[in-house]
Amino acid sequence: MTTVQQAPDEATRLSTAPAPPAAPGRGARPAPLRTAWRQLTSMRTALLLLFLLALAAVPGGFIPQRSTNPVEVRDYTAEHTTLAPLLDRLSLFDVFASPWFSAIYLLLFLSLAGCLVPRIRLHARALRTAPPRVPAALSRLPVSERWESDAPAEQVLADVRRALRRGRWRTVARDGAVSAEKGYLRETGNLLFHVSLVALLVGIAVGSFYGFKGTVLVKEGDGFANTVLSYDDVHPGRRFSPDRLVPFVVGLEQFTATYTDEGRALTFDAALDWSATPGGPTRPYDLRVNHPLDVDGAKVYLIGHGYSVTVVVRDRAGNELPQTVPCLPQDANFLSSCVIKAYNALAPDGKREQLGFEGQLTPTTVQDPTTGQVTSVHPAADNPALTLVGFRGDLGVDSGEAQSVYTLDTSRMDQLSGPPQGLRPGQTWDLPGGGSLTYEATSEWATFQVTQDPGKVLALIASAGMVLGLLLSLFVRRRRLWVRVAAPAGEQGASGRTVVEVGGLARTDPEAFGTEFAELVERLRDRAAPIAVPRPGTGDLRG
Amino acid sequence: MAELSDRLLFVAVLVYALAMLAFAGAAATRSARRATAAAPERVLVGAGGPPVAAPPAPATGSPTAAVSRAGRAAVALTALGWAVHVGSVVTRGLAAGRVPWGNMYEFSSCAALIAVTAFLVLLARRRVDVTVGAFVMVPVTLYLGLAGTVLYTKAGPLVPALNSYWIKIHVAAAVTASGAFLLSGVIALLYLLRGRHDEMVERGRTPKFPLSLGQALPPAPALDRAAYAVIAFAFPVWTFAVIAGAIWAEAAWGRYWGWDPKETWSFITWVLYAGYLHARATAGWKGRKAAWVAVAAAGALIVDYYVVNIFVVGLHSYAS
Repeated sequence: MTTVQQAPDEATRLSTAPAPPAAPGRGARPAPLRTAWRQLTSMRTALLLLFLLALAAVPGGFIPQRSTNPVEVRDYTAEHTTLAPLLDRLSLFDVFASPWFSAIYLLLFLSLAGCLVPRIRLHARALRTAPPRVPAALSRLPVSERWESDAPAEQVLADVRRALRRGRWRTVARDGAVSAEKGYLRETGNLLFHVSLVALLVGIAVGSFYGFKGTVLVKEGDGFANTVLSYDDVHPGRRFSPDRLVPFVVGLEQFTATYTDEGRALTFDAALDWSATPGGPTRPYDLRVNHPLDVDGAKVYLIGHGYSVTVVVRDRAGNELPQTVPCLPQDANFLSSCVIKAYNALAPDGKREQLGFEGQLTPTTVQDPTTGQVTSVHPAADNPALTLVGFRGDLGVDSGEAQSVYTLDTSRMDQLSGPPQGLRPGQTWDLPGGGSLTYEATSEWATFQVTQDPGKVLALIASAGMVLGLLLSLFVRRRRLWVRVAAPAGEQGASGRTVVEVGGLARTDPEAFGTEFAELVERLRDRAAPIAVPRPGTGDLRG
Repeated sequence: MAELSDRLLFVAVLVYALAMLAFAGAAATRSARRATAAAPERVLVGAGGPPVAAPPAPATGSPTAAVSRAGRAAVALTALGWAVHVGSVVTRGLAAGRVPWGNMYEFSSCAALIAVTAFLVLLARRRVDVTVGAFVMVPVTLYLGLAGTVLYTKAGPLVPALNSYWIKIHVAAAVTASGAFLLSGVIALLYLLRGRHDEMVERGRTPKFPLSLGQALPPAPALDRAAYAVIAFAFPVWTFAVIAGAIWAEAAWGRYWGWDPKETWSFITWVLYAGYLHARATAGWKGRKAAWVAVAAAGALIVDYYVVNIFVVGLHSYAS
């Protein structure tokens, strides 16, 4: 796979990547299972799976996904009645939970594991093995150098070895030569990256099996406890059990949003009072976007906000029915739809006669002088108005069917006569036929999300491992160096000189190695320089 | 201050456009010379910043002198444009009182700045030569010009979701990796161009436009190595950007990964670059196929940034 082409012998093989499998001998047919495994763990298959994974994610990047945008999926399904069921059958609204996406990444990780295990073993062995023996012809290596020295061979050898060791090379001296190697961290980093990848997948899996996510809408002055029943919407993991929920209660004291004059949001602030034990002492917390509350690994996030209206409905029997209802924002300036239901309203004769209202809250109200249409021009509640139509009759809650508090079923109700009624805070609408509705005040609500993800820490550690591994595997260069020192052929004397030969090899970035090699040779040459042996006739400097 | 930033950007685009013309001139002279000379001589021009430390050009009328003069002028102009561009980004940050990468316009300007920086570094390290310049400066000029007109946003404060110290980390890393990736995409395309050109020449045919442009380019292996060097730098940075984004998402949205369209496309981009790094080490995938992967990955990056931000509704939609 990554053997050096020019010199395929063991000494110059720099990678611990497994060599391509030898062709099976005649007669010895490999078992089909073994062949399949070999195919799966080959680099080419891994590469194809990698591209498949990218390709498989593409629809998830264009088609709305249930996990991130359920509303858009619903709209899309309603609009495309023929195409949507087909897309749904192909899991294209749930790409990342689909069988085919899972199949690709599971195969990829299987292939990775199959490749990784032997490589870890090989690398562990390489770490314990001495650098390979010096090749026969050092001059044939990509970089080489040769010089002569007057120092004795043993001394040159010892000096070279010391110099290399100082440069953090792993060295071994054998048969009058030094073999040195450096950059083992490249493969270590490579393996660390891939092992971290597996650990990341495990972290994600733990989170999706044992994690929990719940969202809840809380009006100012209200609160919630961390129990499954408190939430409007829950997403428990497949192996999640409710007793894993960390006990705590949270109360929303006040929510504050600030905006620029153009209506761009500047800050969102939820002033909380929370307690780790229901009924216990409470502590304040300033919950903001990017600043969640952490209670023993459960985190509370601020994810949305809107306005509530406080109204007092008076029925025809004279009963006062005060209530605060959250209105759902419809646009960026928080024009919000409100539904008010008076379940316990009575007729003058004491019989039940329910009241229902629906309409809009406009936080900064502007009325079109010709059409009378009201709109909101800014998200802050600077000039709020409530525009309502009313109904009298049966709200339909006794049918047993679940009913949303945000919608009004008017099928068994009569609309009150007259045009929609616009109200400012403090104003009262005297209802046609008796009774009234007073718009008392506007307040805020916030939505919170509570998340428990026990796999998060592992995922974070794995991510750090990935970055570290990547850096090592991309920027550490594996290289080998051999120094052969040959004693002069004849008797040690003035005429015979020690011959030093150096050769080097690098798999990656040969240019950088060339520079490093030149510097190394320079240093070795200095070390192995002749000890000033005065030559006859020139020794006497005075002469 | 905001106006000064806008004006500096305009000047930077102008100077880059001039540099682009000078680079084209240098490549054309080189091309003519390579066509006539039997043994082409490599002339490299280094760029170490505004004062280009190069020996004075020989005062002869030889093509080499013309190349080095046009090339040096081009590099000097690029360095000047770069300095003005830096000025534009810095004054923008001062005007807004925050990091200058808070919306699409600012992100694009910073990514272009990184691409030019990376190109100047490649020139200084002699990974590429001036003949590549025109091909780099054309997209940079267009990109910056478009950013300054179509995507332009007035300097203003950040929305609350972006108001976190993570914007300094996550977006800075994303910008750096994006700028470098875009440059690597251009170099990979040039490698493919040069490869096709050489192939035609080997077959004894005369390459026509646009393949004939390959003639002036550095040799294919040098372009391959340059593209790899840029990607090897950008890939860990991109990995870090995605992880930092996940950590930020965990703090802002309550989950570290949720397959939001932006996350999905960042993932696709990451997988494709990982594929490129593997392809470059796999027999049968080295060279041209790997280069196509690098081009596809740069394409995914562009989708990740522009298509997702403008056309797909997701949590990152505030950027436009």
